[in-house]
Amino acid sequence: MSLVYAGVCSHAPGITGRAERADPVVRDEFYRNLEIMRQDIIDSGAEALVVVAAEHFANFFMNNMPAFCIGMGEEYEGPIEDPEWLKIEKTKIPGASDLSKRIITEVMQTVDTAFAEEWKFDHGIIVPLHFLTPNYDLPIIPVNINCQGPPLTPLHRAWDFGEALRRACDSVPEKIAIVGTGGISHWPATPDSGKIDEAWDLDFLERFKNNDKEAMLSYTDAETYDDAGQGGFEIRTFIAIAAAARGAKANVHFYAPIPIFAVGCTCAKFEL
Amino acid sequence: MSLYYLQKVLYDLNRSEEAQANFRKDGDDFLTSYTLTDEEIGAILKPDIGLLYVLGVNGQILMHYAAFHQIEWDDYLKSMREGIEEHGQVRDGVYTMTGSGKNFTASTEAKSNKSEVNQ
Ligand SMILES: [Fe+2]
Repeated sequence: MSLVYAGVCSHAPGITGRAERADPVVRDEFYRNLEIMRQDIIDSGAEALVVVAAEHFANFFMNNMPAFCIGMGEEYEGPIEDPEWLKIEKTKIPGASDLSKRIITEVMQTVDTAFAEEWKFDHGIIVPLHFLTPNYDLPIIPVNINCQGPPLTPLHRAWDFGEALRRACDSVPEKIAIVGTGGISHWPATPDSGKIDEAWDLDFLERFKNNDKEAMLSYTDAETYDDAGQGGFEIRTFIAIAAAARGAKANVHFYAPIPIFAVGCTCAKFEL
Repeated sequence: MSLYYLQKVLYDLNRSEEAQANFRKDGDDFLTSYTLTDEEIGAILKPDIGLLYVLGVNGQILMHYAAFHQIEWDDYLKSMREGIEEHGQVRDGVYTMTGSGKNFTASTEAKSNKSEVNQ
């Protein structure tokens, strides 16, 4: 077994960019749980971290939008955002090009993924990395699922992609950690920013922690948009990780709505 | 001309420091390579966040563009609300305002830091 860690966390830019405006008690407890994730990844012995993200037009646009993409670069850079705004300095992040190539080759046996040797990280990847590997010393394999530019990747395809990622991770000798990043219900970057439907989130997380495939795949995009906002489309990343966890149950070790971060902040780990 | 090209300009600007430098040097010249209406060009150059939002620019693209212009978070949200007041509801895309202009964060922020941070 070479998948040694599977988890999910939030990635909203406010988590770093507007840190000083959050209730410090809730914020610090969230940060403490991200620190638990960091330590768990270290303890797993992971040699590379696959980050399954929902990027926000940093690399992919409607001129050629892939349903899936996997990075194959030797190194990456980020954030694309103004560093003072995001409160994360621009940096280089090491890749794992040879490992990426083997993973992509295996994933392609069942899922038509795009691949990219260039990739600029936006908050969707760099905010999680800021907490999970703050020295940027763990090789990263960025992965994207189109959660932004409709027509979006169907939920059941995100599931199949997660299964393919698991098969690919298990086919290589390296120890690999995988983290999905995204929001549950939220209305980010709109005037409604800060709106969070906690009940919707908890209902989704119930399905998620039980790894209930059918229940997780039962949402239509219209329902998600109405009930959980455009940010809710990012459940694709959580669904892919649940699939990669191959039936394992998740421990949601943190959840709390933090409106100034614009999302119900979440940390979870699958019991592989 | 179309929301596609309007967003394409901002996408290109958001992800490239080289594009940002060229835009800062001569915005009008930078925009000549895109098919845009005068209204769109004006909104990009100003920048008129409210109008760009109403025209349907995806919130993620718009948020990053506002950050490039050093627009503070509260001002960014305020500009979008003002855009709707002036021009009506968002005309396209999936980032429409659904909360009737309500502020969803004000009551929940740390009291010691409320509102005046970053000013
Ligand atoms: Fe996001």
